[in-house]
Amino acid sequence: MSKSPSSPWWAALGAALVLSVTACAPGSSPNGGDEPEPSEVETDVASMGDITLTVWDQEVRGGQAEQIEALNKAFQEEYPNIKIERVSRSFEDLQRTLRLAINSNDAPDVVQANNSRSGMGAFVTAGQLQPLDPYAEAYGWDERFPESVRAVSSYSEDGKTFGEGNLYGLPQTGELVGVWYNRSKLEELGIEPPQTWEDFESALTAAKEAGEIPIQFGNLDAWPGIHEFGFVQNAFVPREEVRDLGFGREGASWTTPENTEAAEAIAGWAESGFFTEGFNGLGYDPSWQAFAKGEGVFLISGTWLLADLQAALGDDLGFMLPPVGSTGELAVTGATGLPFAITEASENADAAAAYLDFITSDEAMGMIQEAGNLPVLETDAEATGQAQSEVIDAWKEASGEDALTPYLDWATLDSYDVLSAQVQDLLGGSTTPEDFLSTLEEDYTSSLEE
Amino acid sequence: MATTDVPAGAVRRPAAPRERRPTGPPGEPRAVGYLYIAPALLVFGAFLLWPIIRAVWLSFYEWDGLGLGTFVGIDNYREVLTDPELLAPFGHALVLVVFFSLLPVTVGMALAAMMSRTALRGLGFFRTMLFLPQVVAMVVVGIAWQTLYQPEGFVNDLLRAVGLDGFTRAWLGEPSWALVAVGFVGTWFTSGLCLVLFLAGLAKVPRELYEAARLDGAGPVQEFFAVSLPALRGELAVALTLTIIAALRTFDLVYVMTSGGPGGRTRVPAYEVYDRVFVKSEVGTGMTVAVLLTAVILLVTVAINRLAEGADE
Repeated sequence: MSKSPSSPWWAALGAALVLSVTACAPGSSPNGGDEPEPSEVETDVASMGDITLTVWDQEVRGGQAEQIEALNKAFQEEYPNIKIERVSRSFEDLQRTLRLAINSNDAPDVVQANNSRSGMGAFVTAGQLQPLDPYAEAYGWDERFPESVRAVSSYSEDGKTFGEGNLYGLPQTGELVGVWYNRSKLEELGIEPPQTWEDFESALTAAKEAGEIPIQFGNLDAWPGIHEFGFVQNAFVPREEVRDLGFGREGASWTTPENTEAAEAIAGWAESGFFTEGFNGLGYDPSWQAFAKGEGVFLISGTWLLADLQAALGDDLGFMLPPVGSTGELAVTGATGLPFAITEASENADAAAAYLDFITSDEAMGMIQEAGNLPVLETDAEATGQAQSEVIDAWKEASGEDALTPYLDWATLDSYDVLSAQVQDLLGGSTTPEDFLSTLEEDYTSSLEE
Repeated sequence: MATTDVPAGAVRRPAAPRERRPTGPPGEPRAVGYLYIAPALLVFGAFLLWPIIRAVWLSFYEWDGLGLGTFVGIDNYREVLTDPELLAPFGHALVLVVFFSLLPVTVGMALAAMMSRTALRGLGFFRTMLFLPQVVAMVVVGIAWQTLYQPEGFVNDLLRAVGLDGFTRAWLGEPSWALVAVGFVGTWFTSGLCLVLFLAGLAKVPRELYEAARLDGAGPVQEFFAVSLPALRGELAVALTLTIIAALRTFDLVYVMTSGGPGGRTRVPAYEVYDRVFVKSEVGTGMTVAVLLTAVILLVTVAINRLAEGADE
């Protein structure tokens, strides 16, 4: 080994120190705010000339890939002057690479960005997405999409306020975290799908006594716990308060009596053995796959499992909205699939907006449903199975009643880590409901101060 | 500081055709030497040196990876070195050193000493089998072990089969066992490497040394400390360096098996770097952890090599 004092390590450190003082800061300042908003919006696609639109999406799984490919083809057939260059990546890959790409010179025109603060929120703050409001007016998107759907793709211009302000994206699909159940197992137990919280808890007890796994649950990946807790919270905490917490608004608090009740309730479930044994050490995929094989009476998870579960369980699979709890109102964690947004760097924003309009049109919704997904808007197309029609009805009811509550990990940049770790500890019994809530409260208030 | 740089004259004045070498102190390398290493140096600079410099540079900023960064001086370092949430991963990495390095080296050493004393039939076969984990990609190792550790997985089945029902648990889900479970995979992963290294080292030791020791009345233990261990010093340094680095930079195992859980009890520095930079958009803090991790690894490597060299003198 070299012992010379002028070895590259020291040289590097020295150079870095010099650089750090003299060189300019990394990144670029937001460029969205100063430019005048386009006053006129062009909607006549045929007159735009030859254009290539680069679209980054994450619709890679079976039914999703099918619908987006068909829609891209139909769009290009309708407007031959526009060529679509599709780049598809998995959800995780897209999140990582988008941050780098959206900054560069050849940024894509249309991107699918995560609704969360670390996704869309950060892009809005950095001025890298275009507000879609002028287009919404021109195309009538405000009438097409209900407010609850638009809210989860809306931010204030500085990206600090989530859930209101400018519209930055349009989704194709809906998402609900509800209750999947095994119809034949419920029949064996002699139970109807429970509509109230009391009925639900007595169904869990009955299942436990019959030697079944009441709720199939695997939390090794840590995020399923957030959905599980949100499900219980929705029964105890008024949905407006859950919304404030999820959108990270001022004035909301974790340390309320209602939240304490919710935390105690779910900790009680874990203690009573209502979840799969060793759930903190069981992966999410193995757990829903076990449910698909007939292990477990209920599975609390998202509608994104529809295609896979329906294929495995067929008509044995049922889906229902969460039972109504002490709040007396329906509340269900849910939102949209990842919204499609237009980048600030795009020179063909008008064409991109026409594309967004096309892939969220009535016909598009029909194609989405036929491919086995849950379209965000109602459509006349036939459902592909009993479970899908139950999912669609649930979505209609939830969005119609304005019952959607946001994912809790959207609240702050840290809340995913804090919540997932805290729920693991709460359910594993290594923290108490009080400590659980005060840790969440601490993260929440400190993030709001920033 | 740098007094032994390129002699200024050597660079500016091209060598005259007849001169075999330009003027300069005797023994000084010819300037043209730098031309020979230029390609390698360029690659090294572009792909190693520059990223390191940039990482150090970014560690002095608060930056979300998108907007404009703010210079914060050594605040990031202060945060990393005082925040218990950021220090815990370094503690976890130390636990992993025990499992990745100390255990395998000790076990490997003992096994090698025993195996070299007796002629073992099929030694080549065992050597290959024990070395196999090294050939498998770490991600595959992680996924396979995650399956084995599942509540209804092979490890628990095995325990039940031998009547240890009370000892079964959700290995990766229990606060006090998750890190141990991850660490044990490391032991499995590096043990074979250590053993093979030590066996190769022992094969070089002349038989006469053992005979001499035995004639002097040394037992197996004395023989090990008097003959085998000194002979293995070089291999020991290599084994320690490789395994400690493997322990400190662990990322794939944690990412695949536990994603840092339960409750952050298996978060390690490399995972923290990834999480801060790519997930939480705290590029500055992430880079600071990366720089500190690099420094720790560098120090450990230098220390081990100094020890090995020092013992030679």
